[in-house]
Amino acid sequence: MTDLTNLGIAALRDGVAKGDFTATEVATAFNAAVEAAQPALNAFIVTTPDKALESAAKVDADRAAGKALGTMAGVPIGMKDLFATKGTQTTAASKILEGFTPQYESTVSQKLWDAGAGMLGKLNLDQFAMGSSNETSAFGNVISPWRRPSDTAPLAPGGSSGGSSSAVAARIAPAATGTDTGGSIRQPAAFTGISGIKPTYGRCSRWGVVAFASSLDQAGAMARDVTDCAIMLEAMAGFDPKDSTSLNLPVPEWTAGLNADMKGKKVGIPREYRLDGMDPDVAKSWDDGIAWLKDAGAEIVEISLPHTKYALPTYYIIAPAEASSNLARYDGVRYGLRDLPDGAGLQDMYAATRAAGFGPEVKRRIMIGTYVLSAGFYDAYYTQAQKVRTLIARDFTEAFQQVDVILVPTAPSSAFALGEKSADPLEMYLNDVFSVPASLAGLPAMSVPAGLDRSGLPLGLQVIGKAFDEQGVLNASLALEQRAQFTARPAKWW
Amino acid sequence: MSDYRIQGDTGEWEVVIGLEVHAQITTNAKLFSGAATAFGAEPNTQVSLVDAAMPGMLPVPNFECIRQAVRTGMAINAQINKWSRFDRKNYFYADLPQGYQISQLYHPIVGEGAIEIQLDDKNPDTKKTIGVERIHVEQDAGKLMHDQHPTMSYVDLNRSGVALMEIVSRPDMGSPAEAGAYLSKLRTILRFVGSCDGNMDQGSMRADVNVSVRKPGDELGTRTETKNVNSVRFVMAVVEQEARRQVALIEDGGTVVQETRLYDPDRNETRSMRSKEDAHDYRYFPDPDLLPIELDDAFLEECRASLPELPDAKRERYETALGLSAYNASVLTADVETARWFEVLLAETAARAKKPEADVAKQAANWLISELFGALNKLGAALETSPVSPAAGAELLALIADGTISGSIAKQVLEKMLETGDGAGVIVEREGLKQTSDTGAIEAAIDAILAANADKVEQYKGGKEALFGFFVGQTMKAMQGKANPGMVNELLKKKLS
Repeated sequence: MTDLTNLGIAALRDGVAKGDFTATEVATAFNAAVEAAQPALNAFIVTTPDKALESAAKVDADRAAGKALGTMAGVPIGMKDLFATKGTQTTAASKILEGFTPQYESTVSQKLWDAGAGMLGKLNLDQFAMGSSNETSAFGNVISPWRRPSDTAPLAPGGSSGGSSSAVAARIAPAATGTDTGGSIRQPAAFTGISGIKPTYGRCSRWGVVAFASSLDQAGAMARDVTDCAIMLEAMAGFDPKDSTSLNLPVPEWTAGLNADMKGKKVGIPREYRLDGMDPDVAKSWDDGIAWLKDAGAEIVEISLPHTKYALPTYYIIAPAEASSNLARYDGVRYGLRDLPDGAGLQDMYAATRAAGFGPEVKRRIMIGTYVLSAGFYDAYYTQAQKVRTLIARDFTEAFQQVDVILVPTAPSSAFALGEKSADPLEMYLNDVFSVPASLAGLPAMSVPAGLDRSGLPLGLQVIGKAFDEQGVLNASLALEQRAQFTARPAKWW
Repeated sequence: MSDYRIQGDTGEWEVVIGLEVHAQITTNAKLFSGAATAFGAEPNTQVSLVDAAMPGMLPVPNFECIRQAVRTGMAINAQINKWSRFDRKNYFYADLPQGYQISQLYHPIVGEGAIEIQLDDKNPDTKKTIGVERIHVEQDAGKLMHDQHPTMSYVDLNRSGVALMEIVSRPDMGSPAEAGAYLSKLRTILRFVGSCDGNMDQGSMRADVNVSVRKPGDELGTRTETKNVNSVRFVMAVVEQEARRQVALIEDGGTVVQETRLYDPDRNETRSMRSKEDAHDYRYFPDPDLLPIELDDAFLEECRASLPELPDAKRERYETALGLSAYNASVLTADVETARWFEVLLAETAARAKKPEADVAKQAANWLISELFGALNKLGAALETSPVSPAAGAELLALIADGTISGSIAKQVLEKMLETGDGAGVIVEREGLKQTSDTGAIEAAIDAILAANADKVEQYKGGKEALFGFFVGQTMKAMQGKANPGMVNELLKKKLS
């Protein structure tokens, strides 16, 4: 029998449905792969092999009973530890939530279980999804399965969905959930040679997802290829009355609608993304992408998104502002860590709890956010940033009058080594330069592998679409995927 | 301007008062969660995951709360903002699970409105209009319990997330009486509208009292804010105490500091809670978990159509259409339950008499205000819990109107009704209280009285006509109050002529 861990969502689901193998065999194979890789990659905060087997047994029983199977039936996945899972510890990779076991299940994870998926475990991430390298987790760095051919230096899997990207790239999970606030699905997908889609803001319910920046946070799918992403996103998306910002729209049949023919489609290439000093390999992969979409029948149109350069500073005002307020609930009063020094009062408890519970990057963003919202600075920072955000969104609206999708690189470089950028937050923040604009505009965007750079590491291409047009994004991404012929995978060194 | 003045050593001082009233919106569910809002429930039994601010929980607006705020705004003729938004007010406290209160700073749902007060019901010159700056909707916090453990405080989140309206007045009041009248009137309006039960003793309505003093004609002085005052009487006391304290402070060479104070009813004094220097920077910003509230015309129309007749309009109608005195009209409209009771009584009374309501309104109003209120007062009972229903009252009034019983007998009958819960007709029959129009019996009684008081008859005939009342009284007494008074008068006049 083939190694089941080489298969993706569609192949596993279809194989289980046809009876080529059982869901239990699939879960067992991935459980073993997770266990073998965990010491080396640290992709999971907790593993839940029993949960995976339990879901698999139900799928096998349903199949035996002749019941209809869900679109993810028999597929065990990794769940980013930002999604609340009933009865399983949920930490957001922070000490402040260590040991916290929710009594509720996030809407997105529930939908996946309802579709027949099982849970391999809770995936590591940057603490509260704040980071681009998965180096801010309180539960240790996640290591990318990729290595430069030249050395064995541990590489960053990207962030914040670093556990997700590492696990999917290492083939210890066929797919994983991610969340994307400023690029946290797309950048790790690009770093690890997998596909990842962030849908339109509001497509996936945020209910039960630990909040980072409410106006930006959006769940999405990370998997081996575009088709798998479509299948998984279809299972995750949908209106949720428990989330006021959830889109009250039916979920299109994205998988059935997949079509790589780009004839009659216009692809925008924004000149502002071609930065001075751009990594030549990134520039080349972008050119490759342009050629591939042209080959698929698309017309290439140069466009302008004039406010692009303000996106990063705007993001780093709005996201921390919201985070500073969203994270106020971690106060030691009701759940999670409580540090109550002898004789301490309420204020001392807050200070001690939050000092001990939050990591340095989280504290930095809380301080930035508190600062930009404080009296005397609010208008200069927060109000101004909201205005610029509106202009950035308008740039896209205007561009989409001319084009159907936009093609840009996902990240300014391939994966860097752990520690390489963690000393300088600003340099780390620059990783988000290509991903943040679509987040601020709430648009669907996807990263697909485009090839390897000179150091032998994957690069990603990003397709940005109109609001609600995930189909257009998936289709262009499929056209890229078919031409990129990306078959490289990390050697198994663990 | 009010003519209320504080007499200081350096002369007279004016008082300037503004009230911020927190009114709990009457709904079964909290503002942003489905949790219940029952008063007096066991601690932490009315708490949802949202109210406890568990990770990943999100607020979803309860549109009934929005509707009630809009209806309240309409009831005070305020501008209704078709576009409003929720903001977060950020601060840490153990009774605030989210670490922020969801409120409306920048775009409240209700804008400028006004409430008319009248200090003296009998004097229209004491009318005054108090401006309302805004009404916004916000979450209540939980409650700390300090008396449950020797060294720890406990938190009860039952109130956490309960919907409040904050109704902010202009600083248009100038005396304790005006502040009291404003608060009472506001409570009356809220109860008429049904948007708040107005139960101040249960905390569903409470006031932050802003007070400053100045020499007449001067600029506004520095104000203090006394928080969470929970009765009309206490609000009036706070104004008086705080104004006196400020005057004494200034006259002693001190300055009033802008600060938050607390009222201690046991000592009848206010105490400093925190000064402006300790004031929080609340870092208000739009709540990104919530979309703006956009109201369409159909919704506003529905809100307007659902409003009942409001107290001012009702009082006006009672005076003009029903012919009631200003005083009676005011008493009957001061409380929504009283007005409801009166209107049922009126309808039943008119139906029994087969007359228009206007013809029986005075009788009904007088009986309700002087007879029933008096009797209930004696029993320490309230109208809401009165054993006598409006229909039973109407039956009693009908017996008076058709001459079955006299007014004085009616008092006895009412007492028995309150005591037994029986109907007026049943009591009159059982106790034999029917008025008699039997000419023979009355004549016999009169003859006996005139015979026994021959001297007084002489005096009367000699011109001392005031004695007529004496003969009436004696006759009624002899008849045990049951004689028809008109007939007694008529027969007496005939016999004495």
